[in-house]
Amino acid sequence: MKALINLIEKLEPNFHKGGRFEKLYRTFEAFQTLLYVKGDVTRSGSHIRDAIDMKRTMFHVIIALIPPLLFGIWNVGYQHYKAIGLEVDFIDQVIFGLTKVLPIIIVSYVSGLAVEFMFASARDHEVNEGFLVSGMLIPLVIPVTTPLWMVAVATVFAVVIGKEVFGGTGMNILNPALLARAFLFFAYPAYLSGEVWVYDALQEGQQFVDGYSGATALAVMFSGEGNMPSDFDMFFGFIPGSIGETSTFAILLGAIVLVATGIGSFKIMASVFLGGLFMGWILNIFAVNDFMAMPAYKHLIMGGFAFGAVYMATDPVSASQTNTGKYIYGIMIGVLTVLIRVLNPAYPEGMMLAILFMNVFAPLIDHYVVEANIKKRLKRMKKVRIQTQV
Amino acid sequence: MSEEKNTAPKETLFSPRNKKLLSEPIGKENPITVQVLGICSVLAITVQVRASLVMAISVVAVMGFANVIISLLRHGIPPRIRIIVQLTVIAALVILVDQVLKAFVYDVSRQLSVFVGLIITNCIIMGRLEAFALNNKVWPSFLDGIGNAAGYGSILLLVAAVRELLGAGTLMGYQIIPNFMYQIGYVDNGLMILPPMALITVGVIIWVHRHRDRSLVDVS
Repeated sequence: MKALINLIEKLEPNFHKGGRFEKLYRTFEAFQTLLYVKGDVTRSGSHIRDAIDMKRTMFHVIIALIPPLLFGIWNVGYQHYKAIGLEVDFIDQVIFGLTKVLPIIIVSYVSGLAVEFMFASARDHEVNEGFLVSGMLIPLVIPVTTPLWMVAVATVFAVVIGKEVFGGTGMNILNPALLARAFLFFAYPAYLSGEVWVYDALQEGQQFVDGYSGATALAVMFSGEGNMPSDFDMFFGFIPGSIGETSTFAILLGAIVLVATGIGSFKIMASVFLGGLFMGWILNIFAVNDFMAMPAYKHLIMGGFAFGAVYMATDPVSASQTNTGKYIYGIMIGVLTVLIRVLNPAYPEGMMLAILFMNVFAPLIDHYVVEANIKKRLKRMKKVRIQTQV
Repeated sequence: MSEEKNTAPKETLFSPRNKKLLSEPIGKENPITVQVLGICSVLAITVQVRASLVMAISVVAVMGFANVIISLLRHGIPPRIRIIVQLTVIAALVILVDQVLKAFVYDVSRQLSVFVGLIITNCIIMGRLEAFALNNKVWPSFLDGIGNAAGYGSILLLVAAVRELLGAGTLMGYQIIPNFMYQIGYVDNGLMILPPMALITVGVIIWVHRHRDRSLVDVS
């Protein structure tokens, strides 16, 4: 440990002004703060400043992302071997999952950080820590079948158009990770339609088991074909789907970490779930088809609902800031998600669109919450003044 | 925009000032990227280069002649009804252009459909008539019209080239991305065909433009 600190300190002068690698100073600084807390803390950006660097904050989110990530890695292997009808043990499933998921994570980080470093050098600010989380979220919200170059293109698009044009971390209107997914969703719909999300490349001599479709639960519900997985499978996540979104259980573990460390807003998470339940229940009342009649709680464990509610909607930058605003924002996300899922024939999943939509509205919600508060206080002032005059 | 009064008695056809009328709208005073006018048609018809090219030429023709006609009439137009006169002139020219397109490039005309008619409402044309042609002589007005239309057209073509190349792998209908790229897994970007991408492309062009020319950035 000591040796590493010494090494860093010895290297540092090279990166300062006039040093040999002056241009790479921001890159150096990023790695330095990643390993050890530097003397200074974050000065600007999205959060209320306290003693921790923003990078530390982001690390808590990474820790919270570990359960769905690990589960996702295993599930990729599990689904693959299930699809080709082979019985293999746990280790093989994990190894297979690793070989598919790790490249996606590496591509996402490398392409995103490359862009971040470029902008940080050009604009001479610190490397934005926000991407530490975005780079992990992106692989978790896409299907494992997505080609790697598409991941890279989407990541670059999300970082440049979603974040850097607005001025970097803390200035973005939309959640960058979801923007990357939205980009893939609209640019390459064939890969994200929810039809077959299991890694399905067959080697010679292999074939799918009879009756196997690989469709996600939402796609099954949507088309009415295929077998609907049981509630147990959906809650624990033994179903096809995007890498990190299948297991509601693993996501809830992450949610506990987020809430306990005070980084994710419990108000938002709870209100998203409530909003979804509420809308599902209303649709039940007016049900005319199977999808509308589906019990409301099933919406919460299907598709990306839990993942979106816990990791995406709570993004401190793009969510509402005021407390009342958070409830409105969360409930609207839940309601819209279920509405889009059930009533819009074009999109099987509504979580992504609902969150992006409410991201755009978050500042407006905040504005009116603040205005309402000002009005209330003015009224009170007037009352006091009248009383004192009398 | 500063109004230039052409009071000089004799001016050569391509004096520096006149040249500037032609070149400024393409760069520094670009109607789309600097004044942000005429955005609607940029979103609508830039999916293919061919359609954009036809649109650009149409706008050049309409704008050049509309500026000339209004400039010729400028002393006879009562100020109170000048907008309606301008609209009549533009509408007449657009009808002419529409008929020519229908006669010679019918397929593109079909593709552009209502947007040929909507040239009438293109804010750039009305803007130039109001701001320039009503107060200036015929020749400078003509140059101003052509220049602004060219500025509009150049952005149109740029956006269309990006969108067609990435969205369909073609330019002017000819395949550019070679077949082996598709075989190794390249897929055309479907988002490029959707209107939002036109907006984003224009935004990126504005970004680059302002980055290169710092005088465009307002420091308010």
